[in-house]
Amino acid sequence: MATPDLSCIDLTRRFGDALAVDNVSFEVPAGSFFSILGPSGCGKTTIMRMIAGFLEPTSGDILIKGRSVLDVPPNKRPVNMVFQHLALFPMMNIADNIGYGLRRKGLGKAEIEKKVEEALERIGLPGIGKRQVNELSGGQKQRVAIARCMVLEPDVLLLDEPLGALDLKLREQMKIELKSLQHAFDTTFVYITHDQSEALVMSDTIAVMNAGRFEQMAGPEELYHRPETAFVAGFVGDANIFKGEVVRSSGHDVELRTEHGTHIKGVSLLRDIPEGRSAEAYVRPEAIHLSRTADDVAELDNALSGKVEQMLFNGAASRIRIKAEESSETIEVGLPQSGRFDGIRPGQTVNFGWSDKQGNIFETGGKE
Amino acid sequence: MTSGRSLGFYLLLAPVLLWLLLLVIIPHIDLALVSLRERVGVGQYAFSFANFLTFLNEPLYLVTFARTAVMSILATFITLIVGFPVAYFIAKMARGKLQPILFVLCLVPFWVSELVRTFGWMILLRETGIISSLLQWLGLVNGPVELLYNDAAIMIGLVYTSMLFMVVPLVTTLSTLDDSLIEAGYDLGGSSASVFREIIVPHAMPGIVSGCIVVFMLSLGNYLTPIMLGGKDSLWFTELIYSQFIVRFNWELGAAFGFMLLFLSTAIVWVALKLTGQSLEKTMG
Ligand SMILES: Nc1ncnc2c1ncn2[C@@H]1O[C@H](COP(=O)(O)OP(=O)(O)OP(=O)(O)O)[C@@H](O)[C@H]1O
Ligand SMILES: [Mg+2]
Repeated sequence: MATPDLSCIDLTRRFGDALAVDNVSFEVPAGSFFSILGPSGCGKTTIMRMIAGFLEPTSGDILIKGRSVLDVPPNKRPVNMVFQHLALFPMMNIADNIGYGLRRKGLGKAEIEKKVEEALERIGLPGIGKRQVNELSGGQKQRVAIARCMVLEPDVLLLDEPLGALDLKLREQMKIELKSLQHAFDTTFVYITHDQSEALVMSDTIAVMNAGRFEQMAGPEELYHRPETAFVAGFVGDANIFKGEVVRSSGHDVELRTEHGTHIKGVSLLRDIPEGRSAEAYVRPEAIHLSRTADDVAELDNALSGKVEQMLFNGAASRIRIKAEESSETIEVGLPQSGRFDGIRPGQTVNFGWSDKQGNIFETGGKE
Repeated sequence: MTSGRSLGFYLLLAPVLLWLLLLVIIPHIDLALVSLRERVGVGQYAFSFANFLTFLNEPLYLVTFARTAVMSILATFITLIVGFPVAYFIAKMARGKLQPILFVLCLVPFWVSELVRTFGWMILLRETGIISSLLQWLGLVNGPVELLYNDAAIMIGLVYTSMLFMVVPLVTTLSTLDDSLIEAGYDLGGSSASVFREIIVPHAMPGIVSGCIVVFMLSLGNYLTPIMLGGKDSLWFTELIYSQFIVRFNWELGAAFGFMLLFLSTAIVWVALKLTGQSLEKTMG
C-alpha cells in the first residue's frame, strides 16, 4: 500500500489538566477527502493546529508522506491551512494574497503572476486579481482562501470549518464546489466541521469525534447506517431514541421493552447485550415505513399504529409526529413528499413500521 | 425635529469652535501680523519681511533650526523603534491581567510633572549621579563621568518623554490585528521578518503614522528637556523663541520664529505622509 499523505499516531494534547485530544490515530490516503466531525469544543481545531504546527502535541507523532514533522516549524511544513475566518490579508489585493506564499518561496515575478492567474482561473474568478479583499462576496473570499493555499501545492490542505461564516444557501452551494475544487487540485483535504451534512456530502472518510476521542471512522454511508456507538447514532443524522430494557437477546438480534411498554426489535452489531440490561434503540425517521392500512406494514419486524399528533413540514425533510396507540410513545416518521400522503392531518390514525435492521441498539452505561 | 437636532449639533460643536477660534486662530493671526512688521521708530511700525530675513541671514538661527528638526526626526525614529516591541508585547503577547498592568506601567511616569521626570534623568546622568558611580564602582572608568549636557542626554530625555504617545496608538492598532492573520503568514511559508514586513507593519501603519506625528510635534516643541539636559552647544529652537519674547522683548522676531517652527513641522509631516503613502484621513479615520 502506498504511504498515506498524513498519518497521526496516538496523538494527545493536554491543556493543563484538561485532555483536549486523547490518543487519536488516523491515516489519510493520498487524494482523499477526510473529515473530522464533532460537536463544539471536542478538540477538532486542536488536532488541526497540531498538524499545521501551531501547537505541539503532548505525545504522539504526526507523519506527512511518511516523514515525521514534529520538529518542522509551521512555515516549513508541506501543509497549508484555510482558517475558520479565512484570514485573507486585508492589506493586500487578491493577487498579492494568492502570491504571498509564492513570493516567500522566492519565485520570479513573471512566474508568480502566471501561477496566480492560473489559480484564479481554476476557482472560476479570472481577472479579479486587482481587487481588494473587502470587494469580494463571502463565497468568493472562500475560494480565494483555498486558492491561496493551493498555489503552494501542499501535500495536505487543512480546512477548519471554512463554511461556518457563510449563510445557508451559499453553504449548500460551497459544499459541492469544495468537492469539485478538491478534484480540480487533486490534493488531500482534511476538513473539520460540526455540521454532519457537510461531512456526509463531501467526505470519503469521516471520523466522528467526541470529547477528544474518535468514536468511529468510516465512510458516510456506513456511518449513517451502521453507527458503532450511541453517540455516532445520535450525532449523525436524526433518530428516534427509545430507552428501555433488553427482554430478549440472541446474537445480533435484540428486543427492547421501552418505558412505555412498546416492544422494539433491533440489532446490536458489535456487542452482545445480555437480557435485563438497559439499552437505547436508535431508529431514523426516514427509515420508518408509513401506510394508511395495517396490511402494508404487517410484515415488518416492528409494526405499530397511532394518531398523527403534529405535522412538521420542512420540504424534503418533512415529518409527522405520531403517538403510538398502545403505549402513547411519541415517534417521528418521515413524510414522503410524493403526494401519497397529502391528505394526512393531525388526528387521523396511521400505520407504520420498520425492519429490525433499521434499529440500532446500544447498551446504556455499558463500556464502549 | 430636524431643527432641534441641528441646534444640538451646533451646541456640541460650539466649545470646539470656540477653542479653535480663541486659542488657535486669533493668536496666530495676531502673531502673523506681529511677525510681519518692523519697528521703524518709537511705537511706530511698518509692514516688512525684515524679521524673516533676519532669520534667514543669521547662521546661528538656521543651524539651530535645522538641528532641532534633525534631532526631532531622530528622536521620533528611536521612539518608534523602542516603542514598537513594547506595544507588540502589550497587544499581542501579554495575556490576561498582565496586559492592563503593563499599560499602566507605561502611564506611571506621567503621574509626575515633566519637570520632576526630567530631573530624574539628571540624578541618573550627572557627574555624581548613579550611573557614573556605578561605572566607577565596576572599575570601568577611573574618574567621575559627566553624562549630562550633551545631545545624547537630550535624545534620551525626548524618547522617554514621548514614549507613551507612541505606544498608545501602536497598541490600539496592533490589538485589532487578528492573530490568525499572523498564523496564516507563517502557514504560507513566511519567515518572522516577512510576516513583520508584509502583515504586521502594514496593519499597524495608521498607528505608526499618528504616533510619529504626535511624537515629532512634541519633540519639536519641547522646551524643558533640551534646556535641562542639553549643554551649551545643544541649542533648541524653542529656546530661541523664548529668548526673543521674554529676554529681548523682540516680539516681532519671536513671532517670526514661531511661524518658521509651524511651517517646519507642517512641511516635515506632509513630506513624511507623502513618502509613506499615507493620508491624514486614513490615519485618523
Ligand atoms: N489554548 C488553550 N488553552 C486551554 N484550553 C484550550 C486551548 N485551546 C483549546 N482549549 C480547550 O480544548 C478543547 C478543544 O478545543 P478546540 O478548539 O479544539 O475545539 P473545537 O472542536 O475546534 O470546537 P469548535 O467546533 O467550537 O471550534 C476545548 O475544551 C477548549 O476549551
Ligand atoms: Mg474549532
